[in-house]
Amino acid sequence: MTQNRTAGPTRRELFEAQQRWRSIRIAATSTVLVVVALIVLVPLAPGWAKVQQSFFNGEVLVKTFPKLLEAFKINVMIFAWSAPAIAVLGLLIALARDTKSPALFPLRIFGAAFTDIFRGVPVILTVYLIGFGIPGLGLTRPWNSPYIWGSLALILTYSAYVAEIFRSGIDSVHHSQRAAALSLGLTEGQVMRDVVLPQAVRNVVPSQMNMLIALQKDVSLLSFIGPVEIFRQAGVFKSLLANFTPYVGAAIIFLIVTIPATRYADHLMAKQMRERR
Amino acid sequence: MSKLNLRNVVKRFGDRTVCDGIDLTVDEGQMVCLIGASGAGKSTVLRCINLLEPIEDGEILLDGIDISVPGLDPQSVRARIGIVFQSFNLFPHMTALDNVMLAPRRVRGRTRADLLPQIEEMFERFGLADRMHNYPDQLSGGQQQRVAIVRALAMQPEVMLFDEITSALDPQLVGEVLDVLLMLKQQGMTMVMATHEMGFARQAADKVCFLQNGRIVEEGPPEQLFDQPQQDATRQFLARALK
Repeated sequence: MTQNRTAGPTRRELFEAQQRWRSIRIAATSTVLVVVALIVLVPLAPGWAKVQQSFFNGEVLVKTFPKLLEAFKINVMIFAWSAPAIAVLGLLIALARDTKSPALFPLRIFGAAFTDIFRGVPVILTVYLIGFGIPGLGLTRPWNSPYIWGSLALILTYSAYVAEIFRSGIDSVHHSQRAAALSLGLTEGQVMRDVVLPQAVRNVVPSQMNMLIALQKDVSLLSFIGPVEIFRQAGVFKSLLANFTPYVGAAIIFLIVTIPATRYADHLMAKQMRERR
Repeated sequence: MSKLNLRNVVKRFGDRTVCDGIDLTVDEGQMVCLIGASGAGKSTVLRCINLLEPIEDGEILLDGIDISVPGLDPQSVRARIGIVFQSFNLFPHMTALDNVMLAPRRVRGRTRADLLPQIEEMFERFGLADRMHNYPDQLSGGQQQRVAIVRALAMQPEVMLFDEITSALDPQLVGEVLDVLLMLKQQGMTMVMATHEMGFARQAADKVCFLQNGRIVEEGPPEQLFDQPQQDATRQFLARALK
């Protein structure tokens, strides 16, 4: 084998290189054909001018994009304070559901009820109930801010999902790890903190990444209760200019953030699959 | 008084009886080997001694004190009895050193600095000096199993239990782990070992017990049990195991 290597590529390597080139050529040709067809054929379709005018209007896009980007900062802000709160609350709920002491039975029930309720109710309903409902009790500034109560609605809903993911992570740690830790004289609490949780959290990182991506998008639901974030801002432009391009602009901004994040989550997931095998 | 004493220990999983009245005496500094086919109950006996499995009936005495009383706080007992498993069960997210330090720090309240000299010395003695800062998946099976032994020994247990600790190892790695046990025997450690290594049992054990269907069918010094087994079942098992 090594002698062949010094003498040049082996038969197999030559064959595989040839195959690789062949597939690259075919893929490139078919991609070019499809792209050309789209560029040539789509504008020929009846009504294309109207679609372009309404959705892909360059002039409107250039005019509204900076303001949309500005409004997106609000999405990022709400995301930035909600995400850590969700991580903490989700973990606490997961741990509450995993307690065993009879004295903590109420805590277990609470954890189960919490996840059942907030996973079972549509996010938008929770946002309305808490975001409109609680300030409507007659709270004074700054405590009637829709930012606070809208964020709380997101935190509660997402914590329920995140808690379930943490719980599946805890279950995924093999019971022999618990046995080994217990056999050394550690208490149940120490076993959870030092041995089970660190492994559980690591196992669920890819799934939690997907929750972060979903949260980034759902921040837009708060537009219904007041904050002028990107979706609301795009709506304002749409009414003003009678054109849907600002929505497309908003979609582009979301995709700039979510596509890399999704790819990264997929990468983590694939890596984990490889390691488990 | 013997170090460890099992009297009529019964363990059931559902309606399957895994230990069907085990009586076993282990004296201070003795090495006792449990042999028998898979499923005979060897591992379960060890897990019961470590209180990882509650027993249905009988009693387990450590220094004459019953440790199998239901409701007894198991942590203090487990800290006195070390166990090493077939599949190592090292904590994959910690280095070898942290694996070893975890229990002394948490259970005994020792600090890293205070533990380090003593643990470094143990790693050195077991031929692991350059492996302290590796994670388990960077170690060979034999090295992992030796780290697992160090981890159990770091709690300074009075009794060590070994549950088929060489069964998951490549044949050429078995020797390095068994050598560690001989070293412990010389230091006077009390040990109970479930094993398929008949050669090692014959060479190192003070007493060998043959288990079948959750019972000790026959026990005695290795020469006697291997060379003049009294029971048909023992003879049949040995004929197959030593082939």
